[in-house]
Amino acid sequence: MSRELTPRMWLTAFLGIARRETLRFVNQRGRFLAALVRPLVWLFIFAAGFRAVLGLSITPPYQTYVLYEVYVTPGLCAMIQLFNGMQSSLSMVYDRETGAMRTLLVSPFPRWFLLGSKLVAGVIVSIIQVYTFLAIAWFWEVEPPPIGYLTVLPALVLSGMMLGAMGLFLSSAIRHLENFAGVMNFVIFPMFFASTALYPLWRMRESSTLLHDICAINPFTHAVELIRFALYGQFDLLSFLVVTGCLILFFGAAVFMYDPAKGLWARRKGG
Amino acid sequence: MSTAALSIQNVSHKFGRVEALKDVSLSVPRGGFTALLGVNGAGKTTLFSLITRLYNNSSGRIEVAGHDLRLAPGAALARLGVVFQSRALDADLTVAQNLSYHAALHGIGRAQARIRAVEVMTQVGLADRLDARVSALSGGQQRRAEIARALIHRPEILLLDEATVGLDVKSRAEVVELTRALTRDGVSALWATHIMDEIRPEDGLVILHKGRVLAAGSAGEIAAGADLTQTFLRLTGEET
Repeated sequence: MSRELTPRMWLTAFLGIARRETLRFVNQRGRFLAALVRPLVWLFIFAAGFRAVLGLSITPPYQTYVLYEVYVTPGLCAMIQLFNGMQSSLSMVYDRETGAMRTLLVSPFPRWFLLGSKLVAGVIVSIIQVYTFLAIAWFWEVEPPPIGYLTVLPALVLSGMMLGAMGLFLSSAIRHLENFAGVMNFVIFPMFFASTALYPLWRMRESSTLLHDICAINPFTHAVELIRFALYGQFDLLSFLVVTGCLILFFGAAVFMYDPAKGLWARRKGG
Repeated sequence: MSTAALSIQNVSHKFGRVEALKDVSLSVPRGGFTALLGVNGAGKTTLFSLITRLYNNSSGRIEVAGHDLRLAPGAALARLGVVFQSRALDADLTVAQNLSYHAALHGIGRAQARIRAVEVMTQVGLADRLDARVSALSGGQQRRAEIARALIHRPEILLLDEATVGLDVKSRAEVVELTRALTRDGVSALWATHIMDEIRPEDGLVILHKGRVLAAGSAGEIAAGADLTQTFLRLTGEET
């Protein structure tokens, strides 16, 4: 019996992995709600409070003074994707503690493809979350031009892939589920706060040059800016290059770490 | 091409300076039930991790149905079905959804997967539980569903790593009997265990101890009329 992998089989495998991720997501309604409530709390409460404190000047891509809620929305979209990337990383570690990761890796498809499919599946889920968030934000007077909803899609795909790949790479480095809280403190929060999600770069420079520089090299900043510009129908080349570069770097590192001959698995002790 | 379903030749594996496997060779004939007997820490899981390519084997040679794992990993893995010690089914999905996912991992589309799911669930005696959530199944049923999952792509050899761990006596006997029945249908099985009761005289037997193969042959021959437990203790030097 021939067991060559045909293009149709590759597609079947990808769709199967994507279906499992979405099914798991749909089954965990709490997760969907939590993923939505988090940015909404920021938008409704935090942004409303900060609006009075933080006056914003005109900064590209905005052509006029904008409400703080409008400024913070792209950052919250990226936050959804950051949390989603970490969530899939958490599920990878969980899968590894059960046999689910082993069964995935025993598949005859190459590992880069299996990991890549999981990555894309996670991004699809994150994009559904982002659009739901944007729809609710619209009622909160965050109204980007209609074309922006379309042009933001490729940006969301790219930023979601980058943040997901980062999660994938982290998942290979985390040995146990318990270590995950540490990742939250050391990755998610610093990345989010030291970025342009909440305040523009020039404001950061006013308070600290060092903080400004950290924000400027933070990949999350570039994910936020890529989304921000795309949401207003514009393209930010620098952000695009940084996000793409980081995606290649993180995904390459993740594939290396999950390779049986190299990375952590080679040093893992079995029973 | 080797005629065995699984052939392992001179495989060693180290974790740092610790030698987990030393020059291990064994073979599982087609349609045979071979038990891999060893206490915890004997190297069974390490050996399984090498066969499933979770670790890379750098020494020796592993062939699945004649396909070298290092030269043609895809072809070798496509012929391998594995039941791991830890559960691999998503508890909050139905059995059918789980089976469809695992079929997809072997490139089998949904329509075909549904047909095969009915087929393998009938084989393991759970045809009526196809649309039940995995969490609604009993421990023994979950194990049988795991075996169905491992069979979905029609592998030539089934690896079972302590598949009866955590099961009560009745479910344990059922799972062993089910695996034997499968070998009568032509699938080969490598059954890792530390429980002597699960082995019959006519079974193939490989005794693994501290990473070395101490004996290989049929269980009846190795025991040579004596009790298998006594033989095992004598071979491993742990006789009291």
